[in-house]
Amino acid sequence: MKRIAGILLITIAFAGVLWADNALLINGAGATFPYPIYSKWFAEYHKANGAIEINYLSVGSGAGIKQVTDGTVDFGATDGPMNDDQLKAYRDKHGAPILHFPTVLGAAVPTYNIPGVTTSLNFTPDALAGIFLGRISKWNDPAIANANKGVNLPANDIIVIHRSEGSGTTYIWTDYLSKVSTDWKDKVGKGTAVNWPVGLGGKGNEGVTGLIKQTPNAIGYVELIYAVQNKIPYGAVRNAAGEFVRADLAGVSAAAAAASKTMPEDFRVSITNAPGKGVYPISSFTWLLIPGKFSDATKRDAIKGFVTWMLADGQNYAETLSYAKLPKEVVDRELKAISKIQ
Amino acid sequence: MREGDEIARLITFLFAASVVLVTLLLVFELWQGSVLPRHKFGFNFFRTSVWDPIFDQFGALPFIYGTLVTAGVALVIAVPLGIGAAIFLAELAPARVSDTLEFFIDLLAAVPSVIYGLLGVFIVVPLMREYIQPALKNTLGFLPLFQGPVYGVGLLTAGIVLAIMVIPYIISVSREVLLSVPRDQREAALSLGSTHWESTWKVVVPFARGGIMGSIFLALARALGETMAVTMVIGNAPVISASLFSPGDSIASVIANQFTEATGDLYLQSLIELGLVLFLITFILNGLARLLIVVTSQKGSAMSNA
Repeated sequence: MKRIAGILLITIAFAGVLWADNALLINGAGATFPYPIYSKWFAEYHKANGAIEINYLSVGSGAGIKQVTDGTVDFGATDGPMNDDQLKAYRDKHGAPILHFPTVLGAAVPTYNIPGVTTSLNFTPDALAGIFLGRISKWNDPAIANANKGVNLPANDIIVIHRSEGSGTTYIWTDYLSKVSTDWKDKVGKGTAVNWPVGLGGKGNEGVTGLIKQTPNAIGYVELIYAVQNKIPYGAVRNAAGEFVRADLAGVSAAAAAASKTMPEDFRVSITNAPGKGVYPISSFTWLLIPGKFSDATKRDAIKGFVTWMLADGQNYAETLSYAKLPKEVVDRELKAISKIQ
Repeated sequence: MREGDEIARLITFLFAASVVLVTLLLVFELWQGSVLPRHKFGFNFFRTSVWDPIFDQFGALPFIYGTLVTAGVALVIAVPLGIGAAIFLAELAPARVSDTLEFFIDLLAAVPSVIYGLLGVFIVVPLMREYIQPALKNTLGFLPLFQGPVYGVGLLTAGIVLAIMVIPYIISVSREVLLSVPRDQREAALSLGSTHWESTWKVVVPFARGGIMGSIFLALARALGETMAVTMVIGNAPVISASLFSPGDSIASVIANQFTEATGDLYLQSLIELGLVLFLITFILNGLARLLIVVTSQKGSAMSNA
């Protein structure tokens, strides 16, 4: 018995030494949409800076906001910016603000399955809002047909497919519809989950895609990355400048650049329906939520170091993973904002 | 020796008590976690059917409806099939066939629900949309149950997938119960001149009724709480419609769907209150089940082994 106890003790002591010798561990949690690039970033950053290890759980934007407010993680991440109430709750609890740092961009695209239609369709903002409000119920409705001259649209009922779970993609989509339609704004609003006027829910991008593929005359929306990687056909959307733009990474970055001129100090900005040529209108930032005040100086410096790296070297990983990278205007402003982390 | 008995008694008592403790803790946590919506909506939480996270309106009715309807459809399909199969396996099939099939049934009971969900999405949903729902519409379309647009996904599809999932439970438990009916019961029936089927249907099955009911309630519990497979085929729209073709949503499914992205305390707590509601439904149905067993066994025949 004694010997076993001795071996146990030595093992525990050894593990303790290993533990103490471990890198500085920083914990984050939040949005699922940027998880692929975040995990790549944190791995690469750890390779370059062995002393710092960042651990990220993709638990969802809502949980990310909650956990950073509760103080159970060092930073959070979200696909939709925190609202004023949430900012106030954070400030009341911690006596310091929470800061938003945009990291990369994403977009949502309309995808559909109409028997006999193989060309890429054009959607006006009114058509999209009308379809998702349930007011436009046939594919050959003039609101759709007028933007698609020469396409033989059937007189079939439109079946709307949306996400069943709360998601950043839904946030982008509903944020856009709220901007282009006052009816949508008043009746439905924007959020990671909303009270949909019509349609069926599919779980995840794959669930929505699966339902659309299986259901004739269906329309839905998926993340741009998902559509590109899985070669799902998707339609073009008319932007504020009046052009029909099919989403690509350049169009998404252009939206961010166009919006950067009017971007508020705290980066909480929606860039849907941004003005300017070449802009894809259903785009959005995704944000890191970083406390404005750290009690632990080594942690603070580590996070500042990471954000600086993310804005420079980190951005180079974006396009290989199909995320749109931040335009230079935004990067410059964020670099200045890093000093707010104290 | 006496001392050993005492210690064993104490330890097993603690284990048994922990079950009660966990249940109470669960109710307590759900109750504590749902203060806001209980105060804001009160009983209206059960009566209203708008679920709007943006405008902070939360009503549980469509989810309660979807949960009960899908579980009901599942039982309507699974109970006759399951009990029929159990009777065959226990009474009519040769022992070797029975044991082999039992192996497969146990295997089916252990398949993770996401697999059944995939089965639902790729096989049941297209079959429903292309053949079964149009056929039902053409033959029984005069009933409100089988009207409206055909999507493939919906309450009926979710019920069918649930039925596939719970049938193994019913078969497996019912077969065990039927096999444990004493031999002399059958022999007595046969010696009185009844046929094999008469002895099975009039003696063996009534004798095992309590256990068979138990298997049905086990199936019901699983159907009520099933999350993943239901989410994948129910259509996830919180609407109440008389038609089984209509999409719907269930309590377990909406909690799983919306919990991670739920921002705002009222929203989050409303989801927790839904959890409490599901707990209540399970509790009430279990209570009714017990009652049913007591009532039937009082007026029925011997229930000694139930």
